[in-house]
Amino acid sequence: MARALITAPASAKRGEVIEIRALLQHPMETGFRPGDDGKIQARDIVTSFTCTYDGAPVFAAELFAAVAANPYLSFHTVATATGTLKFDWIGDNGFTHSETHALTVTG
Amino acid sequence: MRMTASFPALDTRRRTLLAAGTLLLVRPAFAQTPAETSDLAAAVAAYAGGKPVNTGKVVLDVATLVENGNTVPVTVNVASPMSAADHVVAIAIFNERNPQREIAKFALGPRAGKASVSTRMRLATSQKLVAVAQMSDGTYWSHSVNVVVALAACLEGE
Repeated sequence: MARALITAPASAKRGEVIEIRALLQHPMETGFRPGDDGKIQARDIVTSFTCTYDGAPVFAAELFAAVAANPYLSFHTVATATGTLKFDWIGDNGFTHSETHALTVTG
Repeated sequence: MRMTASFPALDTRRRTLLAAGTLLLVRPAFAQTPAETSDLAAAVAAYAGGKPVNTGKVVLDVATLVENGNTVPVTVNVASPMSAADHVVAIAIFNERNPQREIAKFALGPRAGKASVSTRMRLATSQKLVAVAQMSDGTYWSHSVNVVVALAACLEGE
C-alpha cells in the first residue's frame, strides 16, 4: 500500500490562496531502464493526479516517465468554504490511491 | 627536458594530443543534432495545436547546473491574475533529450488563485527544457532554460 503525504494548512481565511503539497510513495519505474537481469523493466508510473475541493476539480496533472520517483506536486487553491480536499492518484497496473484533507475556512 | 630535446617527434605528438584534449573540453555543452531540437519543437507545437507560442509571461525555475539528474526540482510560475475572465488553463513542461519529450501536464483554473506549480523530474543528460502555458484567451506562452546535468538519471543501467 502506497503512502502519501499531504501538506496543507488546516485552516485558512476566506479568499486566501493556500499552497498544497502532495507527495506519494511510488517507484515511477520509467520503462526505459534495464534491471539486474539486463532486460528492460516494464513501465510502472503514476499517470494521473487530481485534486477536488468539495467535489469541484481545482487541479489536475498528467505525469510521464520523466517525473522523479515518489512524485511530488505543489499547487495552489483559493480557500472558499470549509470542506474537504480530495486527492486521487491513478497509475499503471491498476494503481489507485486517495487521500483527503479537511480545510476549515474562517472569516 | 633532455628527453623532449632528443625526441622532437614525440614532443610534437604530445603537443598534438594536448591540443586535441583542449578541443574536446571546449566543445559546446549544447552541441545538438537538428533532429532533437525539431523533436522538441514538434512536441511543443502539437501541445499548442499549431497556434503561435509566444515568449514571456512564463518563468521556468530550475537550477541551471544540476548535480543529480534523478530528482530535479522544477517550478513554473505564470504571470496571470487568475480571475474568471483571465486565467491559466494549462501548463506543460517538455524536455529535449530524455527518451520521451513530455514531462508533466497540469490543468488549472480560476480556483487555483495562483499560477505556480512545482514537481520533481528526471534528466537523462544536459539539455533544454521548455515550459508552455495556455491562457484562457487561447494564447500560448513559453520559457526555455538550458540545464547542465552532472549525474544523469539512470537510463542504461550504468
